[in-house]
Amino acid sequence: MTEWGRVPGYVSHRDGPEMPTVTIETAQIREACEHARDQLGFDMCVDVVATDYLGWGGKGVSGYIGTASGRDLMHPMTQGLQVLPEIKTKRFSVSYHLLALRQGAPRARLQCWVDEGEHVPSVVEVWPTCDWHEREQYDLMGIVFDGHPNLERLLMPEDWEGHPLRKDYPIGGEPVRFSDEQ
Amino acid sequence: MSATITPSTTRRWPVVADGQYEGSRIPPRVPTILDVPAELRDSEDVLQVNFGPNHPSTHGVLRLIVDLHGEEVVGVLAVVGYLHTGFEKSMESKTYWKGVTFPERIDYVGYQNNELVYVLAVEQLLELEVPTKAKWMRMLLCELNRIHSHLVFLGTSALELGAISMFWYCFRERETVLDLFELVTGQRMHTRYFQIGGLAEDIPQGFYPECRSFVEWMPRALEDYKGILDRNGIWLERTQGIGVLSADDAIALGQTGPNLRASGVDWDLRRDQPYLHYDQVDFRVPVYPNGDVYDRYRVRMDEMAESTKIVRQCLDKLERMEGMPWIADDRKVVLPPREELHTSMESLIHHFKIVTEGFRVPEGEIYVAIESPRGESGCYLVSDGGPKPWRIHFRAPSFAALEATATCLENTLVADLIAVVGSLDAVMGDTDR
Repeated sequence: MTEWGRVPGYVSHRDGPEMPTVTIETAQIREACEHARDQLGFDMCVDVVATDYLGWGGKGVSGYIGTASGRDLMHPMTQGLQVLPEIKTKRFSVSYHLLALRQGAPRARLQCWVDEGEHVPSVVEVWPTCDWHEREQYDLMGIVFDGHPNLERLLMPEDWEGHPLRKDYPIGGEPVRFSDEQ
Repeated sequence: MSATITPSTTRRWPVVADGQYEGSRIPPRVPTILDVPAELRDSEDVLQVNFGPNHPSTHGVLRLIVDLHGEEVVGVLAVVGYLHTGFEKSMESKTYWKGVTFPERIDYVGYQNNELVYVLAVEQLLELEVPTKAKWMRMLLCELNRIHSHLVFLGTSALELGAISMFWYCFRERETVLDLFELVTGQRMHTRYFQIGGLAEDIPQGFYPECRSFVEWMPRALEDYKGILDRNGIWLERTQGIGVLSADDAIALGQTGPNLRASGVDWDLRRDQPYLHYDQVDFRVPVYPNGDVYDRYRVRMDEMAESTKIVRQCLDKLERMEGMPWIADDRKVVLPPREELHTSMESLIHHFKIVTEGFRVPEGEIYVAIESPRGESGCYLVSDGGPKPWRIHFRAPSFAALEATATCLENTLVADLIAVVGSLDAVMGDTDR
């Protein structure tokens, strides 16, 4: 087994169907990434993605879940009761999807958690490709990456207000030009 | 994935002389911006030119702010976002069932592959087993789509360097591919043929012979293209040694797919992390060492030949699967057959529930990656157990490809800029999402 415990800032890890998810202290994500690259051999960071968990589990879900083989008709939620998803401790997760270019294509997801107003150290110096990925997440999700050399909006216009992928950003919230009567 | 991870000592690509990876040489403060050298910064000889925002050799809207010193490119800044349409946000308010139409419009040239990565992600969260016939058909269509995408690349990038006849030849074969798509799915592009659980419809009569005649024809067409370009002095002058991207830089800048293989890195997810039935087909992964525009062209040319081989092998398998199921038999997830709706109350209820509410996907997060024509196309999906994705994110290979523009454009002339940007084969819809 990979010794995830040796990764700087290690909090916990969970094996998934496609790759393990390793939770890292936010302040040490840069060191963790460096460790993953140099010691564990993850050559490439393919993706940086932030998720907003505002309102997660606000309303429970019910109904049949899963596939024919794994479906349990006696499970409480299939009887009309609602089931709440696992509670998240903070509002945003930032996931780094890593890939090692060798036999078996090992992958890993380093994940750190932040609340509104908290910052994440930038990993551009570890993987230059994270430049645009971090800018995109800043632009659309409002995550601030400390130490990023050029943290500006990437996809939205420079003067855009708000961060569209947040859960509290309304759909249809774009102001329509020339629509106010003056 | 729980295999032991140890520091890799044997790397397969020739990075530096002694074979050891020494990290990136990319020095600039911002890796994706080429800064004007200090001694030129206040010079009046430096002219800032806007390329775009229109269609400078990309399949979409890209703006390049270029600093020119004479003919030399000394500074570059790529501005993206003109095609940002908020697909990820829109998909959060659509049920999984309806979401299939979105990913194919993200990368509108490699549509079939993007559709595949989305349905694979949902199927993995559902742990849904897909019938083998559907897997072979998905492979076949994805490889046809790869040929289509590379033909668009080849036609347009040769056109931009003045070889207009290439464009007509490439689009001749592209038409045939699109006709095949129309025959199977009813649509030339954006087919919505992959359904969560399998395929939307059975493969129609008459597809196999049509496809087979295309497969027989394609190698000859490739010879035609090579006849036009491979010994064409202008083409070679314009592409060889231009826009060089070293293996180190390609890895550091997150390049995948043909751009990575043209830099000498032997890496293809179809072989190294097989999905569908790619482990059961025989194909070669083309790798070229120089990392210039010419090698990127050669990789794609070879890939078209390999894709043709894969399509032929898929046809061999599929022709013996007449009458086998093409979609999973799970009524809580998959729409019931149309004809049953008239006779079965149960089917009608299932149909109604899936169409109105959608099916529920177990709580979890997943990242699925496939080899699209442009490289690693990934889908990150978070589900809270409800019928709509909580968060969905697409890892766009074009996005990473465009990050390499600044490095590729070091020490080039302005005339080569078009060749370089075209050779990275970025689709702007994919970049901006």
